[in-house]
Amino acid sequence: MLLSGGAGWRRRAKDRLMTVLIGGAFLLAMIPLVSLVYEVTKRGIPGLSLEFFTEDARGQIGEGGGASHAIVGTLVITGVASLISIPIGIMGAIYLNEYGEGRLRRALTFFVDVMTGIPSIVAGLFAYALFELFLGPGIRLGVMGSVALSVLMIPIVIRSAEEVLKIVPNHLREAAYALGTPKWKTIAKVVLPTAFAGLVTGVMIAVARIIGETAPLLVTTGVVDSMNSDPFNGRMQNLAVYAYNEYRSPGVFKQAAYDKAWAAALTLIAIVMILNVAARLVYRRYKTEIR
Amino acid sequence: MYKPQGAVPTEGREATAAGRGAKTIEARDVNLYYGDFHAVEGVTMTIAPNKVTALIGSSGCGKTTFLRSLNRMHELTPRARVEGHVSLDGEDIYGKGVDPVEVRRLIGMVFQQPNPFPTMSIYDNVAAGLNLNSSRVPKARKDEVVERSLRGAHLWEEVKDRLGKPGSSLSGGQQQRLCIARAIAVEPEVLLMDEPCSALDPLATLAIEDLISELKNRYTIVIVTHNMQQAARASDVTAFFNLDATGKPGHLVEVGATNQIFTNPAEKQTEDYVSGRFG
Repeated sequence: MLLSGGAGWRRRAKDRLMTVLIGGAFLLAMIPLVSLVYEVTKRGIPGLSLEFFTEDARGQIGEGGGASHAIVGTLVITGVASLISIPIGIMGAIYLNEYGEGRLRRALTFFVDVMTGIPSIVAGLFAYALFELFLGPGIRLGVMGSVALSVLMIPIVIRSAEEVLKIVPNHLREAAYALGTPKWKTIAKVVLPTAFAGLVTGVMIAVARIIGETAPLLVTTGVVDSMNSDPFNGRMQNLAVYAYNEYRSPGVFKQAAYDKAWAAALTLIAIVMILNVAARLVYRRYKTEIR
Repeated sequence: MYKPQGAVPTEGREATAAGRGAKTIEARDVNLYYGDFHAVEGVTMTIAPNKVTALIGSSGCGKTTFLRSLNRMHELTPRARVEGHVSLDGEDIYGKGVDPVEVRRLIGMVFQQPNPFPTMSIYDNVAAGLNLNSSRVPKARKDEVVERSLRGAHLWEEVKDRLGKPGSSLSGGQQQRLCIARAIAVEPEVLLMDEPCSALDPLATLAIEDLISELKNRYTIVIVTHNMQQAARASDVTAFFNLDATGKPGHLVEVGATNQIFTNPAEKQTEDYVSGRFG
């Protein structure tokens, strides 16, 4: 009697209603994502060809030409940006989490938060202004793009690395101290290895965030049709700007140019996905049970 | 029984290791603070070598805090402060120019929760002190230290075939013995143990207590425990800490031979505590 009667049906109905609402919200959130991947794949595939990956666009006025220069450019610019940002970001996070205290720490945390919100074009203009000081107006270099992207990437790396370092339990640090280990060695040999998997994931999120940036690269690396893999010499193309350009000025063979723009977008998504899968593999391989 | 001969002194410590034999700790008027909070007040006691000294008392009475001041771990807590003197065989460990890192090399610690390094194998956990502190230690010597320490911690037979497995693959009691092996691998003079058995089952506890009574032949041992039977079983000297009220600093009520503390204490509060009337 106690269990069967009463208002149990109301509670069950509420439970059902909430389940439906939450499930519906999830489906709603998935619609744009799925349709985006579907659309990019559908439109991107016609533009893909061996030529797309092996040729650049130098002197191409017809339907031919590829985006190999943009792919290489994207990889080089992002790679150099990562080389700059990962050490700075992780060391910054180590400072904030292991050394910093009081007002300076709070101030730095605040500015890192502000930096995560910087519009990307501002980062581009900053890098341009910086290099212009030394190399004169109109300068365009691959490394300038990397510096611009670093401005965007560093705060993301700091933020995610800080969170990961925070969950390394304090008793592990104390265990190392109790063996008579200096602080820096405790960080290098105990804290960082324990946090390694999480740090890699954080870095990958940051890379994925910046690899598709267009605006800061337009003003720093310029637009170019030929292959250039030297970030310190001359303009450098990248996939995002390439896609933008093919769309903006398709020339006579409009459809071919549009196809290439979509193919570039698809390639960009594929690179991000590959990086993500790699990060997951690293995570699985190196994750440590943290209690 | 473990023989101290053939012990390999840790690098740069030949001089101290030659005059081996555990050392005496003297605490004189030690006051400990967390920021403005006065946690421990005026503790003066001598901790004898080759004896197990148990610190007992109710929660929050400052035993762990006091223990952590003996190897300068207390000051790692932000805003924590120490006043007074602690000396190891007459040498002030809070003296000017004394490096806390050096102090901790001589005074090792075992914690409440077994805390092997999760990224390291059983072998590397024991060798951690060598790997972390000296630049290059030959493999042969490392092997020797690892085996000696694991035997010393009564763990060798159980793990000798899986030294490459992660330390976290062991059971709780084994992990705690691994942590003891890790602590004795650096050849400290003193071992501090902060409730080393509180996370363990009775059998594992018994194994650790046996180990403790054996280790005292070589080390000065200080153990914090909530378990009065444990203090009675495993220690030679017992120090009873108490506090007058919550928020007041903890202080040392009395210290004496364990037998005497448990059968015929000088203070009424001690008697009430050990007979289970409070705490």
